[in-house]
Amino acid sequence: MTNNDLPIIASPADDDVVVDVRDVSYGIESRAIFSGLDVKVRRGRITAIMGPSGTGKTTLLRLITAQSAPSRGQVVVFGQDLASLGTSGIYALRRRMGMLFQNGALLTDMDVFENVAFPVRENTDLPEPLIRRLVLTKLQAVGLRGAAELMPSELSGGMSRRVALARAIVMDPEILLYDEPFVGLDPISLGMILRLIRQMNEALGITSIVVSHDVHELSTIAHDSYLISGGRVVASGSPQELAGSRDDVVHQFMTGAAEGPVPFHYPAPDYLPQLMAEKP
Amino acid sequence: MTGASRGGYLTEGVRRFGAVFIFLLHLLVQCVPSLARPRLIVNQVYNAGARSLIIIMLSGFFVGAVLALQGYTLLQRFGSEDALGTAAALGLLRELGPVVTALLFAGRAGTSLTSEIGLMRATDQLTAMEVMAVNPLRYVAAPRFLGGVIAVPLLTAVFGIIGIFGAQLIGVQQMGVDKGSFWSQMQAAVELRDVWEGILKSIVFGVTCSLIAVHEGYNSEPTAAGVGLATTRTVVASSVLILFFDLVLTAAFLD
Repeated sequence: MTNNDLPIIASPADDDVVVDVRDVSYGIESRAIFSGLDVKVRRGRITAIMGPSGTGKTTLLRLITAQSAPSRGQVVVFGQDLASLGTSGIYALRRRMGMLFQNGALLTDMDVFENVAFPVRENTDLPEPLIRRLVLTKLQAVGLRGAAELMPSELSGGMSRRVALARAIVMDPEILLYDEPFVGLDPISLGMILRLIRQMNEALGITSIVVSHDVHELSTIAHDSYLISGGRVVASGSPQELAGSRDDVVHQFMTGAAEGPVPFHYPAPDYLPQLMAEKP
Repeated sequence: MTGASRGGYLTEGVRRFGAVFIFLLHLLVQCVPSLARPRLIVNQVYNAGARSLIIIMLSGFFVGAVLALQGYTLLQRFGSEDALGTAAALGLLRELGPVVTALLFAGRAGTSLTSEIGLMRATDQLTAMEVMAVNPLRYVAAPRFLGGVIAVPLLTAVFGIIGIFGAQLIGVQQMGVDKGSFWSQMQAAVELRDVWEGILKSIVFGVTCSLIAVHEGYNSEPTAAGVGLATTRTVVASSVLILFFDLVLTAAFLD
């Protein structure tokens, strides 16, 4: 069979791109966060979004999930321009995505099982026995089947994040977004999360976007990486390519040097005159 | 105060009123599908209503008792202490029942609604719902709003009954008003219209309190200070609006 009778909508190279952020500018009030940001996320790969704190990495996830709209440029997810979608279109798109929040964001008034079951109950009409099996398999995948009856307040930080991960994958998403998944975890929990991210990608083929500033952890799992600074992408490529970069900004970020293009000192008046001044 | 800042207050006031009104419209749209999930609403009637029962009953008793004491000393001067039943019943049904219940509801349940929703906002729970393709207005806000709207009239009724019981206890048992005339005068003088006035007020107050509580929580700044501020605003705005609407409705019922 040939595809000649089908309209060609994208070149084969683009076909692989599931999230395409094109020349996006975005600001909150008068503060510009992005100006001309370009990020492409390819199917079945783990893409790391790195950058210093406050560069708008979380904002980028908000743009991809259509919680915010860019002031200029396009965000294209699964070939659909988010700006062209209505509320129901956006909700349909979100059902194909899962997101892991920094603190888990579990619903505090229901137990672990109900938290994982929540998106299924709200978005489908599946019968109860099926929901139960679905939730138990996802909890088993994150190693917390035994914690199904605990309340979120009884979980440690690492456990909450694993429950949140089970909830994020319960609808079998095609894309998983991780917002700072390594922050505040002990080494064991961190290792578990790292392994889970890789498993989700390798076993289930889920396209993953990991936003973080933990260079070392990301380097071990990411296929592609972007370094964002000052509202735009300053470097992209494999983590190894970034580590070998001679660019000052990239080098400072990847090695964690205190001095470099990103200054240690916040802009301030001259030190000595300020110290000697009688009045503030 | 300068003219500019007065103008600023006015625009800010109008802007907030508009924001609450638009929020109400969105909320009402989401109330329709929310009605198909009665379990969520029943939970909220329990949270906001049943858990406020003790404070409402205690306050109802005290208000009824004080009303009887004050009413008795006043009516005695005119030698018409037999009318105590009427005075207590009318005061409770038309005025004190709805107003005091709503004020207590704003303090007891309104604040907890605001802080609960505010904390859900601050801990990304509402955002998480949105990302899971669940509308938090439908799942979180609408059931809480409807729960409050149902609870306030029911609590008002309980307040009224306990209040009349308290008035009877003081008036008849302590002050020695004749039991027969206490009840018969009440029965003769209280009309259906008076009951309706109380019911209508309680519905209006229920909508007001619940709307403000849910709105403030839903739109609070996602910080500890923001949630605290939103909770304070809930009490202040609810109290002022309850008393304002009380004046308007009382005037409307006098014709």
